[in-house]
Amino acid sequence: MIKFLTKGLLRDRSRSLFPVLVITLTVAMVVFAIGFMRGTMNSLFLDTAVVFSGHEKIVTRAYNEENQLLPNDLALLDVDQLVDELGRDYPNYFWTPRITFAGLLDVPDENGETKSQGPVITLGIDLFSENSRQAEIWELDRVLVEGQIPQNRDDALISTKLADQLDLAVGETVTFIGSTMDNAFTTYNFNVSGTFNLRKGQTDKQMMLVDLSGARLALDMDNAASAIFGFTHSLYYDDEAAVALRTHYNNTISDSLDIFSPFMLALRDGNQMGTMVDVSGAMIAIMGGIFLVVVMVVLWNMGLMNGLRRYGEVGLRLAMGESKGQVYRSMISEAVIIGLTGTVVGTGIGLALTYYVQENGIDYTKGMEALSNSSMVMPNIFFAQVTPDLYYIGFIPGVLATVLGTMLAGLAIYKRETAQLFKELET
Amino acid sequence: MIRIFIALLFFTFLFGQADEVSVQDIIQVMDDNLNAKSRVMTSKMIVHGRRTSRTIESRNWVVGIDQAFTEYLSPPREAGTKMLKLYDKLWTYSPQTDRVIQISGHMLRQSVMGSDMSYNDMMEDRPLEELYEATLEGSVLIDGRDHWIMHLEAKVKGLSYPKRRAWIDKEYLLPMKEELYGKSGKLLKTSTMDGIKKVQGRWFPSRFIFKDELKRNSKGTEWHIDDIEFDVDIPESRFSKAKLRK
Repeated sequence: MIKFLTKGLLRDRSRSLFPVLVITLTVAMVVFAIGFMRGTMNSLFLDTAVVFSGHEKIVTRAYNEENQLLPNDLALLDVDQLVDELGRDYPNYFWTPRITFAGLLDVPDENGETKSQGPVITLGIDLFSENSRQAEIWELDRVLVEGQIPQNRDDALISTKLADQLDLAVGETVTFIGSTMDNAFTTYNFNVSGTFNLRKGQTDKQMMLVDLSGARLALDMDNAASAIFGFTHSLYYDDEAAVALRTHYNNTISDSLDIFSPFMLALRDGNQMGTMVDVSGAMIAIMGGIFLVVVMVVLWNMGLMNGLRRYGEVGLRLAMGESKGQVYRSMISEAVIIGLTGTVVGTGIGLALTYYVQENGIDYTKGMEALSNSSMVMPNIFFAQVTPDLYYIGFIPGVLATVLGTMLAGLAIYKRETAQLFKELET
Repeated sequence: MIRIFIALLFFTFLFGQADEVSVQDIIQVMDDNLNAKSRVMTSKMIVHGRRTSRTIESRNWVVGIDQAFTEYLSPPREAGTKMLKLYDKLWTYSPQTDRVIQISGHMLRQSVMGSDMSYNDMMEDRPLEELYEATLEGSVLIDGRDHWIMHLEAKVKGLSYPKRRAWIDKEYLLPMKEELYGKSGKLLKTSTMDGIKKVQGRWFPSRFIFKDELKRNSKGTEWHIDDIEFDVDIPESRFSKAKLRK
């Protein structure tokens, strides 16, 4: 029966081609639109995660209490072992240590006297470890303005804003002045290997990036770190999973009586990030919902019109002796075949498009430069995101709406009187 | 009866005058005890961190209130680090970077070697008499020893601690305990001293304990004076920037 109906659909293109095209296009749009919205929100979260919080962040309980002060005397110890354990116990994430520290950056003149001096926030990130993805997630190739990515322990990347402020050039040596993990005074020389611009407003105004090994030496933090950041391998932030992992870790591993016990925070636990995550989730749900309803109305209407257009054909089939139920069921079956075909093709196209934008992004750098003076952290390239629900979301408008439209139109079959059919067909 | 009343008034006035004079005397003797024309000392600073304690050994050369030179002797990471104070300027040299860096601005508020003392604390060496208006609030017995309670209010602007309260031992004439307050009246630091010994004719403590009251869970910093000599001839070259690199 299905084979018979399919043949009929293929031979009568007016019944199949146009509806399948419309459904394909609509489903592809739904899949891409939802994937793009998800991806855009994820780009926002990823920016925050890369710079400040990771998708998950582990610090000591005491550090968490005073995190605004960057209290490295309360840092995590035995970090290598901790990272190994995390990698083994939570393989869905990759874990990387981070040292965040503040101090003064002193630029010497040719006599070694202070030429300029200014406050600096330095991030020690693991650039040199095997399999490290830090250079990738920081997009160092893209944000590098001049010079090269650090090659040695004492190399540093300075933000262009800070370099301008201190009248600093690539190749110069700068002295970091701050405190060690024991709060002792420390000075440490870094070589400026390059400058970078994150193009995220004021985020990198006083920022310097160094390798973790250099930071450890400068602050006397052997095998210690301010925090361990965790990122999903796909770099997609799944709030529900992140919260579940954080709760599980804190309930099973963290010791609430020990202030130096590791304590996990999900991205949403950061400053106002919880509200941001909730609002973005609600926005996606509302916008996606509205889009889905509009699309459903269009496809429903198409199903309805298709049904009504075949008024004469239905009459003829009834006159030839087909039962009303048979006609009704065959029309619904055809709608299911058309809907399924259009949805599968549309989902495929939508997913391919989403995947392309996920990998390549849409560059809005120039547009965003106008906002670069604001304090808002905005991504410059918007990426889409392929998520599991995109594989089935298209079936709601593609199959359901089409079939519902046909079912509604088909109800007219039962209202027709056989005795009147020939009279109707004569006209 | 009237005679007795007049006599009482007279004595009250007299003692009031005597108290006012004695406050100045007390401060002056206190300043004389703690400051000298010059001094050379070796000391240990035990910094009690929240996780561990560290001992930092140093040697200081001080002339008056305007010149001071410190060389850190241990631990290895700090050894060779030097500091020079000349009037209102402070430089530090670290052998790791081979740089002489002037510490100024908000860096002066930072802790010295992770201790509870800031660079500003090190810089404010001027006699109390010059900086504060003092009043006596009363007397109290502490560990069986008689102490005056003295309230000090800044008479010059820009001090780190515009208000202080000191408990001064009546025999040693040293502030055995001090509370240092900010402009708002908030307690910022406390200091105590003990192990009082007679050194070259003056009473001097062999241990100070400083505590930054703003640091949560701070256990304070002990400063042990191992060896001190007053009124030593120190060559002027000791206080040159060139000496920092040597």
